[in-house]
Amino acid sequence: MGEFTSFLYDNLIEFLKYTSFANATPGHFIMILVGLFFIYLAIKKNFEPMLLVPIGFGMLIGNIPFKVDAGLEVGIYEEGSVLNILYQGVATGWYPPLVFLGIGAMTDFSALISNPKLMLVGAAAQFGIFGAYMVALALGFEPNQAGAIGIIGGADGPTAIFLSSKLAPNLMGAIAVSAYSYMALVPVIQPPIMRLLTTKKERLIRMKPARAVSHTEKIMFPIIGLLLTCFLVPSGLPLLGMLFFGNLLKESGVTPRLAKTASGPLIDSITILLGVTVGASTQASEFLTLNSVFIFALGFMAFIIATASGVLFVKIFNLVLSKSNKINPLIGNAGVSAVPMSARISQNVGLEYDSTNYLLMHAMGPNVAGVIGSAVAAGVLLGFLM
Amino acid sequence: MMKRKIGIYIVMLVVSSLAVTYGQGAKSLKINEVLVTNETNYLDDYGVHSSWIEIFNPTFGSVNLRSCYLTTDPNNPTMYPIPKSDVLTLIKPRQHALFWADGNPNRGTFHVNFTLDPNKPNWIGLYDANGRTLIDSVTVPAGIPADHSYARVDDGAGEWVIKGGGDPSNYVTPSTNNRTVDKNTKIEGFKKYDAFGIGMAIIAMGVVFSALLLLFIAFKLVGSIAVHLNKRNAMKAHGITDKQEAKAKSIGHEEGEVFAAIAMAMHEYQQDVHDVEATILTINKVKRNYSPWSSKIYTLRDTPNRR
Repeated sequence: MGEFTSFLYDNLIEFLKYTSFANATPGHFIMILVGLFFIYLAIKKNFEPMLLVPIGFGMLIGNIPFKVDAGLEVGIYEEGSVLNILYQGVATGWYPPLVFLGIGAMTDFSALISNPKLMLVGAAAQFGIFGAYMVALALGFEPNQAGAIGIIGGADGPTAIFLSSKLAPNLMGAIAVSAYSYMALVPVIQPPIMRLLTTKKERLIRMKPARAVSHTEKIMFPIIGLLLTCFLVPSGLPLLGMLFFGNLLKESGVTPRLAKTASGPLIDSITILLGVTVGASTQASEFLTLNSVFIFALGFMAFIIATASGVLFVKIFNLVLSKSNKINPLIGNAGVSAVPMSARISQNVGLEYDSTNYLLMHAMGPNVAGVIGSAVAAGVLLGFLM
Repeated sequence: MMKRKIGIYIVMLVVSSLAVTYGQGAKSLKINEVLVTNETNYLDDYGVHSSWIEIFNPTFGSVNLRSCYLTTDPNNPTMYPIPKSDVLTLIKPRQHALFWADGNPNRGTFHVNFTLDPNKPNWIGLYDANGRTLIDSVTVPAGIPADHSYARVDDGAGEWVIKGGGDPSNYVTPSTNNRTVDKNTKIEGFKKYDAFGIGMAIIAMGVVFSALLLLFIAFKLVGSIAVHLNKRNAMKAHGITDKQEAKAKSIGHEEGEVFAAIAMAMHEYQQDVHDVEATILTINKVKRNYSPWSSKIYTLRDTPNRR
């Protein structure tokens, strides 16, 4: 009986060593709190809930402490674990192109086609990427790491994940969480910068209504867009190819089922997997480092530079445009992609100053141009630094 | 319907056969390094010093060597058929396969049935599975010293040199890169010449602007053509040939609301959206004094009863 009790006792002690209580570190609790904060922001404040709920919950999953050397195959970084298998879509970079397929299938490029000069606004806002790149270099990051960090300024989560998985896989968790966090905080970050850099007169500019775009033009857009951008930057092919392919599925009008799948069940499934695994990849041991702090600071700065450069570019552009063709600089912020949140910010800030000036459709132009621009920028960085 | 089906099958057949033809990618393989006289160099799996031939896969996809041929005689391209059933003939991306020219094919897949003669030039050819298409060939000059190899300067490069002899920068490299890659030269270059990232920012922004500028120009052009065609069609529909008259009547300049109303009407008609309704849709103001939906009496709560 004594041996039996002792056997049970030893096993119980052994079992207790496996519990999270025995393996928890302060880092785990910090990350769990961060995850809970993300879930709070998503549910209570409605900040990008589609992203922050999976990421926040993923943080909880990824930071449940366990005995690392027990070979339980439960951690996201343990080869063969379920989470690790799901994480391969992030690590090898095939989730982001599928997200882009869905984005292409749900995006209407009419605003951009009807007023193509707005594409240049989308290009200007990419300066945030390279501003952050320069500062990251000054902080001592390697050029490939600086490139991966800078892409946060593109305000495009899938692009950030895609590029960081190629250039700096060890920083991917922090970069992805930073990119998605700031995308969620676009309503907080952008309006003060937009107000600061514009005069009241500029905010009241009314733009010419967009012309109706023909079906043929809409079909030509993804085909010409793919050929022109990818001939220039082939390294952007996975993202741009899928984006334009998804758009052709939508606009062709003959593949409604495929377009519906790409823009519905497919992108939803991938978003769930992407969000949870990115969240889970923020294991305290990997995530709570000084580099992560730098990455968050640089990401914030990249967003500010991107927003400011978009707005300032419109102001400069207006100097050469005729009076009837002037652009409201409040749509300059939308060049940072973050579709459609940043376009909505343009609309809301515009309405504050003129309740009948609807900027949403105009802002969608630079907004979708920003998606193309950030994918091109990612292709350039990949081509230069890979 | 039948024609359409046949068309689809033909397209699928062509696409799949193209995929098979190009998918294997054996045509891109390179003979990368050859060592003819092996005295103290690499040992084979039997512990013997033999001549060896290194094949390099320069692509970023795996390529299978099975059924290809190695030969030293252009008149006999199928001299050594590389066996089909060995999984090791699959060369991973940017990796190498090493064949021993010891004339002992019974020792395994990578032991060929010919030898190399150090006293005369050795022509070595790699043929595709059809036994006719030459993938790559090299003539190894005679008189190369023992334990020296004849190799491409870099993996897959066009220039060949003699390697070996104790020179630390020019060593023999069986089954590995001809020049050891120990750093990312691109990144080193950026660290050295563009430490502040200004060059990268200028070039990259230039490329981003160029890409979107190209799109801008393309769609400015496409837009102009579309507007022109739209006006021409509108003039045709209205039976107007004079451009000035069309301009005066704003032909082809219909507001978006007009298109929206037409589209909605067509949608409702085609989809049979509307039921037959008793009510009348009108833009005139209709005053209704009473509706149970807005009656306050239905929204009042009962006065609580004291018991």
